[in-house]
Amino acid sequence: MALNTIWFILIAVLFIGYFILEGFDLGVGILLPFIAKTDTERRMVINTIGPHWDGNEVWLITAGGAMFAAFPDWYATLFSGFYIALFLMLIALIIRGVAFEFRSKDDNPVWRSFWDWAIFFGSLIPAILWGVAFANFIRGVPINADFRFVGNFWDLISIYSVLGGLVTLSGFIVQGAIFLSLKLDNKFSEKTRVLGLKLWMPNVVIMLAFVVQTYFFTDILQVLGVNPGVIPVGAILTLLSVGWFIQQKRLGWAFIINSLAILFSASTIFRILYPRVLVSSLDPANSLTIFNASSGPYTLKVMTIIAIIFVPIVLAYQGWSYWVFRNRITSHPKDLHY
Amino acid sequence: MNDLVVNLARWQFAATTIYHFFFVPLTLGLSVLVAIMETLYVTSGNEVYKKMTKFWGKLFVINFAMGVVTGIVQEFQFGMNWSEYSRFVGDIFGAPLAIEALLAFFLESIFLGVWLFGWDKLPKKIHALSIWLVALGSNISAFWILVANSFMQSPTGFAEANGRLVMTNFWDLLGNPNVWVQFPHTVLSGFTTGAFFVIGISAYHLLKKNESDFFGRSFRIASLFGALSILLVILVGHSQGQHMVKTQPMKMAAAEALWDSEDPASFSIISIVDQKQQKDLFSIRIPGVLSLLSYNRFSGEVKGINQIQAEYEDLYGPGNYVPPITISYWAFRVMVGVGFLMFFIAAFALYHVMRQMDLSKMKFLKFMPFAILLPYLANSSGWILTEVGRQPWVVYGYLRTADAYSPNVTSGMVLTSLIGFVLVYAILMGADIYLLRKYAKAGPKLVESNENHDDDSYWN
Ligand code: HDD
Ligand code: HEM
Ligand code: HEM
Repeated sequence: MALNTIWFILIAVLFIGYFILEGFDLGVGILLPFIAKTDTERRMVINTIGPHWDGNEVWLITAGGAMFAAFPDWYATLFSGFYIALFLMLIALIIRGVAFEFRSKDDNPVWRSFWDWAIFFGSLIPAILWGVAFANFIRGVPINADFRFVGNFWDLISIYSVLGGLVTLSGFIVQGAIFLSLKLDNKFSEKTRVLGLKLWMPNVVIMLAFVVQTYFFTDILQVLGVNPGVIPVGAILTLLSVGWFIQQKRLGWAFIINSLAILFSASTIFRILYPRVLVSSLDPANSLTIFNASSGPYTLKVMTIIAIIFVPIVLAYQGWSYWVFRNRITSHPKDLHY
Repeated sequence: MNDLVVNLARWQFAATTIYHFFFVPLTLGLSVLVAIMETLYVTSGNEVYKKMTKFWGKLFVINFAMGVVTGIVQEFQFGMNWSEYSRFVGDIFGAPLAIEALLAFFLESIFLGVWLFGWDKLPKKIHALSIWLVALGSNISAFWILVANSFMQSPTGFAEANGRLVMTNFWDLLGNPNVWVQFPHTVLSGFTTGAFFVIGISAYHLLKKNESDFFGRSFRIASLFGALSILLVILVGHSQGQHMVKTQPMKMAAAEALWDSEDPASFSIISIVDQKQQKDLFSIRIPGVLSLLSYNRFSGEVKGINQIQAEYEDLYGPGNYVPPITISYWAFRVMVGVGFLMFFIAAFALYHVMRQMDLSKMKFLKFMPFAILLPYLANSSGWILTEVGRQPWVVYGYLRTADAYSPNVTSGMVLTSLIGFVLVYAILMGADIYLLRKYAKAGPKLVESNENHDDDSYWN
């Protein structure tokens, strides 16, 4: 397999890992003001993700770095093109990250509620923007023959991309609710489980609407053919079955299945893209691909060796950190560290 | 029109990067100091070290959060505002950034989570190991980002192909001599920053006779650590100057406001220059000292601005190759001046510690809290010298800053994001300083009381 393809897959893996992991912590952030009312409750909810959110976010930073290293033109065109959207995303991630650390370090209720809302908006905005961004990747954006983005912010907003935003938003909220039901002690776990079940329905409806639209707005038919294959079908099936697992209170499974739904859905998007990385709406010849946007073979080789050595190590200790914090969070002071 | 975009993008880069680098050095230094304290706790079993770990650890975390979130902006800014730059050097420059994320950011963020929330969940030794891994991660991160920055200062291990630079030898990228002066200098500056932070806050409490044992120990550890670090910063800084004369002579000429080549070259004490008229308005120089700095002897030619300008016109074509002199010049003076001042302060503190004098009676302690600002001043001016002195190049000798920006981004967009970042950063800075002050002033008691709260009813 060409190194270019390996890097395409690796970046896809990084984004998918990011969506699965940060998916739940964004979801938790969005749910925070609504499900946890007292201060102890809020602290408990935040502490379910406290040790993990930064490690999850590094998946994104690594994905960004990997794009830069392997496909500089993708990195350059995308981030200069999606400028305002990325700016909003950065502001959101900034206030959110600080809020986790700052909120409990002062007793003033105004201070705390300020940071709680920072967590809410800081989670809401990225959750929507990721769907908008990925919908635009496959739908196409105005890119000219020099690989320059020639549109503006409003070119990124369409019914299709907004629907994409709702897909990630609802998907991440469900992911967050299931995660909370796994991580909080019994009384509260049940509350979030019921909530997860309620939110799963709209998630399915939005997803189906998005799938239908995808047939109108992208070249999915040319790329995948009439029979889309295992991955997209798997995305739909896993998503549909999540509800059943939540209902049966098999929450560990529900989390795994929902993560698979995210994996299959995002893989479908990357499958439609391949071998392109950014589709041009002006002329198919202007699309960025893994060949015309890539670094040289030497850089790709060096980076591949480094990835082979270090990715397994990172996965191992990140996995270990989840194991260390495997217990449910209770209202015991021991669990209320910050 | 384009000039405006470039200038706004430069302002944005300068603002966000300097801001990021307010938090970075303290992370580099304080992580090591906290790790030392926890190690002392684990090996001696003395509870006061545990208290110290928690107290300084709390301040560390407040600062760390700011470092993390401002870093995310850095990662994406190259694509946003400097897309032509990203295309031109992506083949080389992206690699250290990606490696940094994989090797360093995962390490520091995951083990910080483990450390913060793992007090009751892990054996003591593993817990102490996790803060060491945070410290290691931070310092590894500094290494890789400085590999990237060094490439911009003095490119190595590359070739030109199809109007871009491509990597030809990864080891040459890492072996870049620039990295091997820049990395120790920067990391040790970080250690110095951490030390002055601990010294300053400890001095405040020692004077008030709060928890004298606790703060006395903190003061002693930090004085030793700080005195060593600042000494090394200065020594490495000296090598760095020599390296600069070789690789970026124009930067040194600007930093010394040296118009014409001299042998032996004089060191400027004060120069006020008029860059447009290309002359000094006022200048005092000591003969021979610049040669001494550059070559360790009292003779040897240091090239002047006019000669290098002529040389570069032959080499790169017509153009202005002189960086902003006044800024480079003063940035250099501030860094070096503050550096020596800090050396005397640290040495003085260490002297008192070694003589085992009663610290709470020392008058100079009153100034120590203010001395916390010194390393910040030196760090920022060091970077301003490094980056401004490199102008008009963004990649020295290969790409001009004016050709590096994003052509499709409008000045309105850059201005919007510039204002947005500055506003949000200002608010966060307010909150950050408020919290640091609050916890630093309250001392270890507040940190402890936070550990046992029994507020509110639960789950209703
Ligand atoms: C000499 C050291 C140094 C320098 C020059 C820079 N940084 Fe930095 N950065 C760090 C040292 C550091 C650190 C010590 O590792 C930080 C600070 C606090 C922290 O959490 O990690 C960090 C955090 C940090 C993060 C967040 C990591 C996380 O989520 O845990 C990112 C994405 C970056 N940085 C990226 C950059 C980029 C792209 C830079 C170039 C313009 C840059 N930094 C300059
Ligand atoms: C790997 C690390 C770094 C890289 C890759 C980098 C790269 C750049 C780039 C692309 C620019 C824009 C072009 C320009 O105007 O010069 C710039 C400018 C600047 N950077 Fe850096 N930089 C790095 C680290 C830093 C740090 C840590 C600081 C200081 C805290 C800093 C301070 C500045 C300043 C002050 C400018 C503005 C210079 C001017 O406007 O003339 N840089 N740098
Ligand atoms: C007192 C003697 C010092 C000397 C001779 C010295 C020398 C230098 C030189 C020549 C540079 C520019 C390197 C380049 O652009 O290629 C530099 C940069 C820098 N200095 Fe210093 N320095 C001194 C003290 C300090 C102190 C006390 C600090 C902070 C605590 C500091 C922090 C920095 C930083 C952060 C940079 C930018 C990063 C880099 O290029 O290494 N310096 N220093």
